[in-house]
This record gives sequence, structure tokens and C-alpha cells, in this order.
Amino acid sequence: MSFLSLERVEKRYPDGTHAVRGIDLSIERGEFVVLLGPSGCGKTTTLRMIAGLERHSAGTIHIDGRDVSGLAPSQRDIGFVFQFYALYPHLSVRENVAFPLMCAAVAKADRERRVREVAASVGIEALLERKPRELSGGDQQRVSLARAMVREPAAWLMDEPLGTLDAGQRAGMVEFLRARQREAGVTTVYVTHDQEEALRLADRVVVMDQGRIEQCGPPARVYAEPATLFVARFVGSPGMNLVAGDCAGGRFMVAGARIADDVRAPDGPLVLGLRPEHVRVDPRGVLRGRCRLDAFHGACRYAWVDTPGTRIALRVSAAAPALAAAEVALGFDAAHACWFDPASGRRVA
Amino acid sequence: MRLVRWLVLVAGLSFAALPLLWMGLSSLKSREDAIRPHLNFVPALGAPADPHSFEFEATGTAYAHLSEVHAGAQASFWSHLWSSVVIGVLSTLASVALGTACALGFSRLEIRAAKDWLFFVLSTRFMPPLAVVVPVLLMYRTLDLQGTHLGLALLYTVFNLSLATWLMKGFLDEIPRAYEEAALVDGYTRAQALWRVVLPEARTGIAVTAVFCLISAWNEYGFAMTLNSSGAVTVPAYFAGLQGNIEGMPWPQIAAGALLFVAPIVVFTWLARAHLLRGITFGTVKQ
Repeated sequence: MSFLSLERVEKRYPDGTHAVRGIDLSIERGEFVVLLGPSGCGKTTTLRMIAGLERHSAGTIHIDGRDVSGLAPSQRDIGFVFQFYALYPHLSVRENVAFPLMCAAVAKADRERRVREVAASVGIEALLERKPRELSGGDQQRVSLARAMVREPAAWLMDEPLGTLDAGQRAGMVEFLRARQREAGVTTVYVTHDQEEALRLADRVVVMDQGRIEQCGPPARVYAEPATLFVARFVGSPGMNLVAGDCAGGRFMVAGARIADDVRAPDGPLVLGLRPEHVRVDPRGVLRGRCRLDAFHGACRYAWVDTPGTRIALRVSAAAPALAAAEVALGFDAAHACWFDPASGRRVA
Repeated sequence: MRLVRWLVLVAGLSFAALPLLWMGLSSLKSREDAIRPHLNFVPALGAPADPHSFEFEATGTAYAHLSEVHAGAQASFWSHLWSSVVIGVLSTLASVALGTACALGFSRLEIRAAKDWLFFVLSTRFMPPLAVVVPVLLMYRTLDLQGTHLGLALLYTVFNLSLATWLMKGFLDEIPRAYEEAALVDGYTRAQALWRVVLPEARTGIAVTAVFCLISAWNEYGFAMTLNSSGAVTVPAYFAGLQGNIEGMPWPQIAAGALLFVAPIVVFTWLARAHLLRGITFGTVKQ
């Protein structure tokens, strides 16, 4: 059995909201799993059910081979990092970090040694005597991490820990978190709505929508081979281009024009998915339209072209000639194309 | 603009402070000076040369005579002040403790029809309390609570409970649940999390609630006069009871006593001044 497992877990609130609709998830020891989805998709509820802060309505949750369904949060051996840090405002940083050890009645000398060690590992040694409100958001989150780590729990659970930080602090914290987690080898479940953060942190990304898991897999696969239209749209910035058309005898037709051959999909309505980096300006291209916007992104540019029926984003090199307002023809890399059944939303090829 | 603001402030302050100032001056007068028909408000060290000047001879005798038992009373000012302290402190402790407990329930637990219950709690203040003075008097007579510290303390606790509950609910709602949740994860039970994390966070709210409860119990007059006219008489009832006694009103002593009576409240309020504004708006100011 895997280290942390959820079987058919559901959450129904008294007001009738069905927040989580049957989730199966197995997480291996030492794995970094990110629950990704828009707000209201059930990711935070799932995390809180693992922690025991919410009681699940159905299903079972195992941590380290133990059924924790009826256990209080304190008995589940976890560390939790909250979005708004939740540092005890009336305690100093040192007391905050030592708090879980006080609860566990760890001897004073041992306690002090461990607080020192963990403070050094997250870089807050200089802040130990301060009060939380005197610290910046990034430092507060480091303290919060230290508090979650100090007891050396079986798993770290993090609820959008970087959500309130500004972009600069966030980038640094992503690298830091990844490194600390690798080093400590502690199983981690991390919740975010930021797909970029998810791809950079995770061993495995779990994309959720409306209380269900849409796809679960390594970041590269979730990005390259989205299992559903939702994942295709949600992951990537900008998301995957989706072109609706029909398939007949292996030919993909949009508004009477033949877009692709040798499509291995059944006849009927079909959606073509293309990442912006797999679309290029090509005079012989079959998708035609006027460029609406050509936006600079540093290392590259993104251009948006209105083709009949859909707007397509493509990545062009920063040095390429400007496209704005020009009529362009677009070609694409058929090898990287994804095909979806619009009725079920699932990828078929 | 600044000048206008200052003028308004000074005008308002003098209006509010004038009675206190007059009380302070009266407490330094002799009884004759206090009831003299012409204006005298400048304290002087000796007897004024001109008896019709604004000056009067300042004396501390009123304060020295506070321990005297006046005609129309059974005990000295100090013993009545003690009654006020016992009743005020007891009822404040009880209303804050019970109000906080109620508010914790409303703020943290899922209670069926919580809004209706809260409205009911508030509705207990709709009726003027003195409307029930006769039934309470009869009840207290039967229960032998008339003229006791416990009787008034109980009554004030009941009056203040709704205010304490509403105030504390406002303050507790502002404390993020994440603090308790962090404590739960870190190894505390629910009760420990409330005691060690939520209540320390609610300290200012508790202080503000205590100020309001104490002021209302401290100054209450109607019930004190009706229920405790013969025993455990509080200061407001004691002063009122001196009216119409055979020796006339001992104005300087009343002024001195009243000044001492408001002092603890002033100090208490001053200590909690930073938090009072939030308290007055019922703790509902959100960040």
C-alpha cells in the first residue's frame, strides 16, 4: 500500500454543497504531489480532509498504513502550512516554532536544539526573538514552514502557502521549498491554483475540477498530454489552443477546410489541441487569420490570431518580425497535436 | 481646518469637563461655601478678604468626613464604595465569562438557527429593565436576595450578558480559525486550542467588554435603589438616599465621594482606550 492513500473520499457539507465527489489518490513515500485547480474545485477541502480539519463524508484515508478516518488532526502526525501563515501572534518566532514540541512534551534542551536546527535550515535564525507581525510575508511563511517541519512529521500539507507573497518572493520560495522537500524526503501534498507553480514543484500534479480528479501525472505529461479539455485549457499560460471541427475518414475538417490528415480518431465531432509553441507562421499553413495582438514575454513573444471560429495563440521568437494586424497563415506540428472528443471532453488520440 | 477642529474639540471637552471641574471645586469647599448663593470658584488658601469675591477657602475636610455616617444613612461612604466594588467586579467577571462562552459557541460551532438565537439574546435588551422592577422585587423577597451583594450582582450579570455576548462574538469572529486549526495540527485538543490560542488573542476584546459591563453595573441606580435600600447599598443609591435628611445635603462630601467614585472607571477606561473605538462599533470593524 502506498504511503498516503485516499479511497472514494467525498465531502458533502450540511448545506448540500458536494465539494469533493469521490477521489482516489495514492501518494508514495517522499513524493511531492500538487493538487491544482481553480477555486472551488475541492482541492483545499481534500487537503483539509487529509489533515483532519474537515471530516470526510465517505471513503477512507490512510496515512502510513493507518486508517486515520476517525483521528483528530494532532493524532495524524502531519505538519500543516496555512495560506495566511496562522502564526500565533502573541508568541515570538522562537515560541511559534517550538509550539508543536511543547505540545509533544519534548525536553527543553532537545527542544532548543531542534528549533535552532530547523531555524537554520529555513534561514530565520536572526528573527527568533521577533513577533510575527514584525516580519515580511515571505519571512512569516518561512516561520510557518519551520513550525510545520520541527516535529519531523510523516507528511507536510501545504495550503497555497505562497498565495499571498509577491511575485519576486514567490519565485525564491518555490526553489527553496523544492530543495527543502528533496533534502528532507518528507511526503508533501501541496495545494495551489497557480499552474506554473504546480509544474515547477511537483513530482506529480493532480488537476481537479468540480470535486473530481481530471488528471494525475508528472508535470511534463500533464502539460504535453492533457487527459481532458479542462486540463488542456487550465494548464499552460496561455493554455492549449482548441480548434473544433469534424473528423471523417481520418481527415480533420474545420468549416469545410481540411486541416489534418491521418487522424486516428473515430468519425464525428472532434477538437484539435495545440500548444502555442507547436504553432508557427507558415505561408503554406491551413489556418488563416488576422493577428490581433503580439505581446512581448521576454525570451519570446506570444501572438493571438483570429482564425474562423477560434482565436489561436502561438509562440514566436523575440527576434521574429512583428505580426500585429497582419494576415497570417499558421502551420502546426502534427506530432504534438492532441485530439479530444467534445462530448466527453476526454482525449482520444 | 485644523483650527476649526481644535475649536470644536475644546468646546466639546469643556462642555463635558465643566461638571467634573465644578464637582472637584465643590469637594474642596466647606458646607457654607458650597451652598452660598453667589459665585465662588477660585480656591484660595486662606479665608478671602472680601466675602463677595469669587474666592473661597479651600479645605480637605470633605474628604476627611467621608468616613462619617450621615443622618439618613447606615454606613459611611467607604462601606458603600466597597459594596459597589464587590457588586461591580462580581457581575463584570460573571458577564464576561458567560458572554465569552456564549460567543465562542456562536462564533465557532454550527448552531441551528444561530441568527435567531442571537436576535433573541439582543431582544432581551428591548424592554426597559425598570419595567420588571416589581416582579424582580417580589422574586428577590421570596429568595431572600434583597439587600445582598449577590442579588444585585446576579441582576447586573443578566442585564449585561446580551451585550457581552454580542461584543465578544464580534471580537471572536475576527480571530481567524486558522490559529485554532494550527494548534489542532500542532497537537492541542480543541479545548486547549481555545484556552491557549483563541482566548489570548481575544484579550483586548475581553478588556473592552469588561469596561462596558463594569460601567453599566457601577452606575446603575434604579434597581440598586429599589432592591438594596437597606443592605449592600451601592454608591449611587447611597447619594440619592441622603436627599431630604434632617441635616440637609452634605454637598462637599457628595462631591468628594462622587469624584472618588468615577476615578476607577476613568482609570480603567483610559487603560483600554485604544481598543474602545472598536468596541463601540461592536467589534465589527474588519481589516
